[in-house]
Amino acid sequence: MIDLPLLADILAVALCIALALAGWRLVKGPSFADRFVAFDMLTALGIGFAGLTSVATGRGAFLDIALALALINFVGTVAFALFLERKARD
Amino acid sequence: MDILAAILLVLGTLLMLIAAVGILRLRDPLQRMHSATKAGTLGTVLLVIGVLLSTDDAPVATGLLAILFLMFTLPLAAQLLGRATYLSGTPLKEIEDSAIPELESDRAKARSSRHD
Repeated sequence: MIDLPLLADILAVALCIALALAGWRLVKGPSFADRFVAFDMLTALGIGFAGLTSVATGRGAFLDIALALALINFVGTVAFALFLERKARD
Repeated sequence: MDILAAILLVLGTLLMLIAAVGILRLRDPLQRMHSATKAGTLGTVLLVIGVLLSTDDAPVATGLLAILFLMFTLPLAAQLLGRATYLSGTPLKEIEDSAIPELESDRAKARSSRHD
């Protein structure tokens, strides 16, 4: 059958490329909104890495990290959005 | 089952890679959000489903809860961020001519107070 842990390792390398692209946008900007969108993407990539690590190591506990990241992601983005709106008002 | 898990893992990873390329290549914040939210949400959800199918003893409850939260919160967060982007007067390449009527007064207020 398919060697799933090996496949997960290969896919993790592909996700590293995505991480580099999103990280470049986070550094480059140019506006705050761009950075927040890129940060959002980084958290989604973190969820992906947690899932792939779970497959590669065979430990289901890594999915807990994915769940926690999914929760924190929402709160963080809402806080950023409020910050951006308040910054516009001031 | 292994084959299905492998297909879902590859699909999810590919979608996230495409979303990241879109974040880098598209031209203004709203377009980047369009790429990140749609492809990012589907990519993570497919990947988590793939993880759940990969072994027999995967924590199904945790995975399903993560999927539920992702599908509910990512679009909502993107909507809030898009609204904030528009209101904060960030330069947008495509929609300068077609303003959003419901938000126009708010945006004008934000702009005038910024120039004071």
